[in-house]
Amino acid sequence: MSHKRRSSVDAKRPAHAPVFAALGDETRLSLVAKLCRGQPRSISQLTEGSKLTRQAITKHLRVLESAGVVHSVRSGRESLFEFDPEPMEEMKKYLDLVSEQWDQALSRLKSFVEGEVPGSDSGAIARRNSALRI
Amino acid sequence: MKHMANDRIEKQIELRPPVSRVWRALTDYREFGEWFRVKLDGPFVLGQISRGQITHPGYEHVKWEAVVQKMEPERLFSFTWHPYSVDPKIDYSKETPTLVEFRLEKTASGTLLLLTESGFDKIPSDRRLEAFRMNDGGWTEQMKNIESYVAQAA
Repeated sequence: MSHKRRSSVDAKRPAHAPVFAALGDETRLSLVAKLCRGQPRSISQLTEGSKLTRQAITKHLRVLESAGVVHSVRSGRESLFEFDPEPMEEMKKYLDLVSEQWDQALSRLKSFVEGEVPGSDSGAIARRNSALRI
Repeated sequence: MKHMANDRIEKQIELRPPVSRVWRALTDYREFGEWFRVKLDGPFVLGQISRGQITHPGYEHVKWEAVVQKMEPERLFSFTWHPYSVDPKIDYSKETPTLVEFRLEKTASGTLLLLTESGFDKIPSDRRLEAFRMNDGGWTEQMKNIESYVAQAA
């Protein structure tokens, strides 16, 4: 996520449907995997090699589109679908953030329970730090 | 690609004290509050709402609310909650909560703690954005407070 993207977030909150839900499906994941390679693809191209019908693929693409993961562009009489990384980056950032907060909480827990063990390193380090801080 | 769709967080940490000690740090509401930085109103009771007030400097306005789901002594402690419910103007209770699970396993050197938080696919995207702002606001700052807490406890 670029800086520009982040600052625009306050001004206008995008109302895309949950990205997680959109990606919670094997077919849609494989469509995203194909589109991740960068080249916009038509529905026919995306249906090729799949057991699903063109109609079914179209339906899955629409789900991804409503979540903002892909978007379509007209090219002549065809719709081409293109990958849009932003919502997925945002989702990943969110999980990274929650993950980071747990890392911190667990490390506090570790200090808390181990700080009491006599002669434990973390306790000693904590005490040294406090001495320096004061 | 698969893990990009992951809707859960999984952590594990090795702790030196025995399972019984870690269990107490997780489930005694005062001890939990110490390391989690929340002042809880009372003990955790299975199936009941746990309420309290976050004590992180800068986030003292944030209320803590979770529902205790499981308490299997020295094995599993879990609760559901609304992560990052930092805006007092929003009623988070209408949103689907995430599930936080702490599992404990005895090891040769102490305790293995496995943490899982799941259910992020139900979090509205707006809320995720809010969490970014919260993060920008002060996690680094908060780390300093943690250090000084540990110093006090030691």
